[in-house]
Amino acid sequence: MPTVYVNDQPVEIGDARLNCIEAAGKAGAFIPHYCWHPALTVVASCRMCLVEVGERKPDGSVAMQPKVVPGCQTPVKDGTVIVTSEYHKRPAGTAPLNYDPKYGTPGERAKLAQADTLEGLLLNHPLDCPVCDKAGECKLQDFSYTYGRATSRMVDDKRTPPNKPDISSKITLFTDRCIMCSRCVRFTREIAGTAELTIVSRGDHAEIDVFPGEPLENKLSGNVVDLCPVGALGSKDFLYKQRVWFLQDTPSVCAGCSTGCSITIDANKDAVYRLQPRENTEAQGWFMCDEGRWGFHYVNDADRLRRPMAGSVVQPWSEVLPAIRSRFAAAGEQGPVALVLSPFLTVEEAYLAAEWAQAYPRRKLFLGPVPVVGEDDRYPKDRQGRAVEPTKFTIRAEKAPNRRGIEAVLARYQGEVLTFDKFLAEAKSFKAAWLTAGYPRGTGYPLADSPFTDEQAWQIAGIPLVVVQDLFASPVSKVAQYTLPAGAWAEKDGTFVNHAGLAQAIGRATHPAGEARTEGQVFSDLLGRRGLYRAADVRSGLAEMVPAFKDLPVLPVTNGTRLPLPLLTGGSRA
Amino acid sequence: MPIASKDVKWVSTPKMGLGDLLYFPAVFSGMATTLKHVIQPKVTEQYPEQEPNLPANYRGVHRLNRDEAGRVKCVACYMCSTACPAHCIDIVAAPSPWTDREKYPETFVIDELRCIYCGMCEEACPVDAIELTSLYDLTGLSREQMLFDKEKLLSVFDMTTKESPKKDPIRTRAGKLGVASEALKNS
Repeated sequence: MPTVYVNDQPVEIGDARLNCIEAAGKAGAFIPHYCWHPALTVVASCRMCLVEVGERKPDGSVAMQPKVVPGCQTPVKDGTVIVTSEYHKRPAGTAPLNYDPKYGTPGERAKLAQADTLEGLLLNHPLDCPVCDKAGECKLQDFSYTYGRATSRMVDDKRTPPNKPDISSKITLFTDRCIMCSRCVRFTREIAGTAELTIVSRGDHAEIDVFPGEPLENKLSGNVVDLCPVGALGSKDFLYKQRVWFLQDTPSVCAGCSTGCSITIDANKDAVYRLQPRENTEAQGWFMCDEGRWGFHYVNDADRLRRPMAGSVVQPWSEVLPAIRSRFAAAGEQGPVALVLSPFLTVEEAYLAAEWAQAYPRRKLFLGPVPVVGEDDRYPKDRQGRAVEPTKFTIRAEKAPNRRGIEAVLARYQGEVLTFDKFLAEAKSFKAAWLTAGYPRGTGYPLADSPFTDEQAWQIAGIPLVVVQDLFASPVSKVAQYTLPAGAWAEKDGTFVNHAGLAQAIGRATHPAGEARTEGQVFSDLLGRRGLYRAADVRSGLAEMVPAFKDLPVLPVTNGTRLPLPLLTGGSRA
Repeated sequence: MPIASKDVKWVSTPKMGLGDLLYFPAVFSGMATTLKHVIQPKVTEQYPEQEPNLPANYRGVHRLNRDEAGRVKCVACYMCSTACPAHCIDIVAAPSPWTDREKYPETFVIDELRCIYCGMCEEACPVDAIELTSLYDLTGLSREQMLFDKEKLLSVFDMTTKESPKKDPIRTRAGKLGVASEALKNS
C-alpha cells in the first residue's frame, strides 16, 4: 500500500492521485493555501502552501529536497515525505524519520517561507479589516495570525488602485484588497465557462478586471465572492449588512431547484442574511447558483401571510384548527376529500399530512403544482452560451426541492402519483380540499408569481371547503375558506429529496414569520400529537411507514443519504 | 448537622468599671469630636447647586466624535457592539456618501439604560470615534428617551467640546497612534 509520511506520520493513500495538501489533510495536518481549490486547476501562484518534500528510501534514510515546493503542485507517491510548517506541532510520541543531520530542523524552512509569503501578500494589502466585510472569515487574517509575522518591513506607501464597483450588477471589487490568487478568474473560465474575469497588467500592477463592456453577469457569478480568500470581491446583496461573526450558521439545503445544493443559512436576530454553498460532492459539489443564493429574500418579505384567516376574518390558531377539524369531519362524511401535497413540503410534513388524511375513508392525495421554468441550465458554457461537456454544474428547470420525496410518500399512501391537473379535473367531486403550498416568489427568484392561476382558482372555488397553506396570498387563497400562514424552508427542520434521490436534512435558522406555523406543526396538532413538532421524532415513524425512507437516519448526516431509487417512483412530472 | 457543644464559645458583656459607670468621659470625648468638625474646613458638596469635580477618566455618557469636516468619525465597523458586554449598541451600516471612506453608520443607537459604562466600546474603537465623557447626570422621562441615537450622541460631542468648560475625556487620542502601535515601534 503506498504510504506518505506527513510530519513523520505514515498515511496510506491507496491508489488516489493526491497532491501534498490533500495527502496532509488525510493525516490531519493542514497546509494553508489561497489559490488552490479542489474544483479548480492548479496554478501554484500564491506560494502559501510551501512545504518541505523528500523521499523515504527503502533502507529507511530520508532524502529531502533542499528547497521548499508548493504543496498544491507537488503530487505524492509511495515514500513521499512531507514536512509542513507545523512540524513542531505533530502528535507527541511520533517516531521521527531518519533525517540527514545536515538538513537542519525539519519544518523551519517551510515556516520561514510561509511567513515571508505572507509578508509579501501584505505589502500592498490595506489594513482596513474593521470596514471589510470578509473580516472574521478572511483567510489572510487567519493565516497571518497563525503563520505570519506581526510586523511589516515595508517603508514605501501601499499601492491603492481604485475600487471597481461596476464589474457586475451583483458584485463589487475592492481592487486594493486582492492578493492575485486568480481563483475567481479560473472559476469563470473553468466552471461558468463564460470567462468574464481576467488579470490585466503585470507584476505589482496586476489587477482583476472584466473585459470592456462585458460585466461579470452569469448565473454562477456569486461563487467568486465565496472563492475569494480575502475581501476583494464582495456581494452587493450582503455588503455591510452584517458582520460575519454575528451570523449563526445552520446547515441546510437550497430550496430553489431540484438540484438541492447543500448550503449554510446565515441568520441573525431571526432574519436570514446570506446563503453560502457547503461542500457536498454527493449533491452539487462546491458551488451554488445566483438564483438560489440571492433569491431567499422572500423568507424575510413583509408581504408574507402572518396570521390564520377564516375568509377575510383573522382568527387565532386555537379557533381555526378545531373549526377546520370539525368542518373537515363533516365534509368527509358527505363525500370525498382531497389533500394536495406541495413539492415544497419536507418529507416528514408530507408523511404527517398523509397520516392525518387516513382518518377520511374517501380521501385522495395529489401532488401539488411542480413549477418548471425553461430547461436545465448546464455549466460550463462556451462564448456562444452553449453547454460544454463535462458538465460541472446544473441549475435544474424544476424549481421545487422535494418532488421525489413527496412522490415517495404519495406512492405509499395513494399507490400512485396523482398530479395537480387530475385534482383540478376531479375538483367538482370533492366536498373538501386541503392545499399545502409554500411557493416562494419575488425578485431575483425564478418564480415571480405563485404557480396557482386565476383559472385554477375558479375550478377550486366549486369545492365547499378549501384550506390553503401558503407563504403569500395567491388566486387560490382568495377563494379559500381558510388561509393558513405556512413556514418557509428556512424555518423548518426536515428532509428534502433531490433529483437524484439524495435525502438531505434542512435546518431551522429562524422562527416562522409572525404567527405562522410550519405545516409539520399544524398537521402534528391536527393528529392530536402533543407539544412542538420535531422532525427527528417524526422520522422514525416515517421510516417505518414509507419503505423508501427505511434507511433514513434519525439524526441528519452531513452529506445526505442516497435513497434506494426503485422505491422512489419514477420521474412523472406535473 | 447540629453544632457540637464543644464548638460553642460563650461570651458575656464585659464588666463596667467606675469610669464607664459615670458616663461623663464618654460624653466629653463625643463632644470633642463634634467640636473638631466645627473648626475643620467643610467637605460637603452642595450638589446640585455645586457641580462635583470629577476625575477626567470618569466614564459617563457616550459621545460620537466628529472628524475635521464635522462628519461622524465612526466607520460602522461594529467593533464596539461586538465588544459590548451589555449588547446595548445597535448599528445599521451603509455605504458611505463620502469618497474618503467606504462605510458609515446610517443609524447608531446606544441604550443608555442597558449600558454598564465599562468603557469597552471606546477601547475597541479603531478610529477613536466613540468615547465616554464625564457627563454623569443622565435623566430621561421614558425608556425611549434613553435610547441615544446618532444625532444625540454627536450633540454630546458638541456639548463637551464647544461649550465651556470643556469636558474632553483624557483618553482622546484622535489623530495619534494608539498605545499599542507606539509600543510596537519602540520595541
